[in-house]
Amino acid sequence: MIDILKEMFLTSEYTFIRRAVVVGLLVSLCAALLGVSLVLKRYSMIGDGLSHVGFGTLAVATALHAAPLTVSIPVVVLAAFLLLRISESSKIKGDAAIALISTSSLAIGVMVITFSTGMNRDVCNYMFGSILAMNKNDVTLSIVNAVIVLVLFVFFYSKIFAVTFDESFAKATGVKTGLYNMIIAFLTAITIVLGMRMMGALLISSLIIFPALTSMRVCKKWHSVTLCSAAVSVVCFFAGVVISYAKELPTGASVVIVNIAAFLIFWLVQLITKTTGFPKIKKSATEIKE
Amino acid sequence: MSLITCKDAAFGYDGETAISGLNFAVNGGDYLCVVGENGSGKSTLIKGLLRLKSPQQGSVLMGDGLKANEIGYLPQQTAAQKDFPASVYEVILSGRLGARGILPFYSRRDKAVAEENIRRLDIGKLRHKCYRELSGGQQRRALLARALCATKKLLLLDEPVSGLDPVVTQELYRLISTINRETGLTVIMVSHDIQSAVRYASHILHLKNKQVFFGITRDYLQSDVSKSFLGDERHD
Repeated sequence: MIDILKEMFLTSEYTFIRRAVVVGLLVSLCAALLGVSLVLKRYSMIGDGLSHVGFGTLAVATALHAAPLTVSIPVVVLAAFLLLRISESSKIKGDAAIALISTSSLAIGVMVITFSTGMNRDVCNYMFGSILAMNKNDVTLSIVNAVIVLVLFVFFYSKIFAVTFDESFAKATGVKTGLYNMIIAFLTAITIVLGMRMMGALLISSLIIFPALTSMRVCKKWHSVTLCSAAVSVVCFFAGVVISYAKELPTGASVVIVNIAAFLIFWLVQLITKTTGFPKIKKSATEIKE
Repeated sequence: MSLITCKDAAFGYDGETAISGLNFAVNGGDYLCVVGENGSGKSTLIKGLLRLKSPQQGSVLMGDGLKANEIGYLPQQTAAQKDFPASVYEVILSGRLGARGILPFYSRRDKAVAEENIRRLDIGKLRHKCYRELSGGQQRRALLARALCATKKLLLLDEPVSGLDPVVTQELYRLISTINRETGLTVIMVSHDIQSAVRYASHILHLKNKQVFFGITRDYLQSDVSKSFLGDERHD
């Protein structure tokens, strides 16, 4: 185990692995923080929809020989605002709108690829992720993004709680809910674009959904759910990358599998505490002591 | 000047009018109950009073220096809240957000206000409990505490007792009435429980897609509107 870690982080030729780990850890941290709010607002599928839009824009960018991120980020941010708007108005139901946009951009992406480079290994990497995809710019960008997400998240922590828990109350008492929803959508879009090429367009939304759901099995406060999902996400990503390196498995899928395992463990813990009433026993024991 | 004055106001959705002809004034310390059948425009009116909806015609005037972020609101429960991981304390403290503006963290004063309302509603024991594990009545108390954190002047309650059993319902009504009497806080409550409305409220506003009655409760009980609405129960 330690040998593998040494090999991964100390071999001088393996800068790509260190890059991938840095970007991945930051992306999973941001995704987990945003995910708590998105999952509770019933917006889980927005992440999935946005990653498909990202796939489409990546294909277009490659065909135009443009830098992928400069095309992807603005388009995906735009799509995020659009999806949010549609979810708020009741005319088209949110889930249908997301499905509409995500399949459309997937289809456009596939068409563009067919006409330009043709289906090749790159396309497969877009879909399922590749650890080799990170370059120096990505590292800089993800550090900047992570700092922005963390600062905004800490700064607006209580407001994000209020907007997630009860939007109409927040709005009625003068909190600018529209602004905070936009901030969440904006940060989600950037996080997805950054993580997409490593995790894959089809798998990136797992980083948003799994940690939040996992920590909600056990934690009962907003504060603890937030901290726990950040920790779960970072640990799962790291374990996933190490496993994928050691066993030569695809990175994105390995991370998701570790997340599934974590979810099952937390779920089991929840089941056990529920059926045995473990906290209650502990409580009465302390009461007896007093 | 009155706290809220509606002058010939009308509200609606997508160009269609849900309620019109609103002419009433609420003074400081009043306990106004808005009654009417389902779909009579009660919730639309609440949204209008909260400024979430601007009037299609006429005007809603706020007096006594009442600002939008000084209204305490108890909304109807949303589906997302049923499995929401949050402690009661976190929920109550979030009532202070409107007063905080852009500032990120709660001040000592915010926490003191939260404590005061926790004491007032006697939910100190629930403080560290998870919101989703509370009973319906306890949840409503927590949300009432949150609403009280947001206001010193006006409390808007949208069907606060829906889904509660009769005992808890009466408890909550008494609690709201006590708060109204002891602190002089103005209360506007939407309810279809007309019996309790006439028992506790000082004023009644009866809606039927327009204003059918507005006045003090004693006059309402004499009026023809109440006789037809209260129906058989009053004849025996």
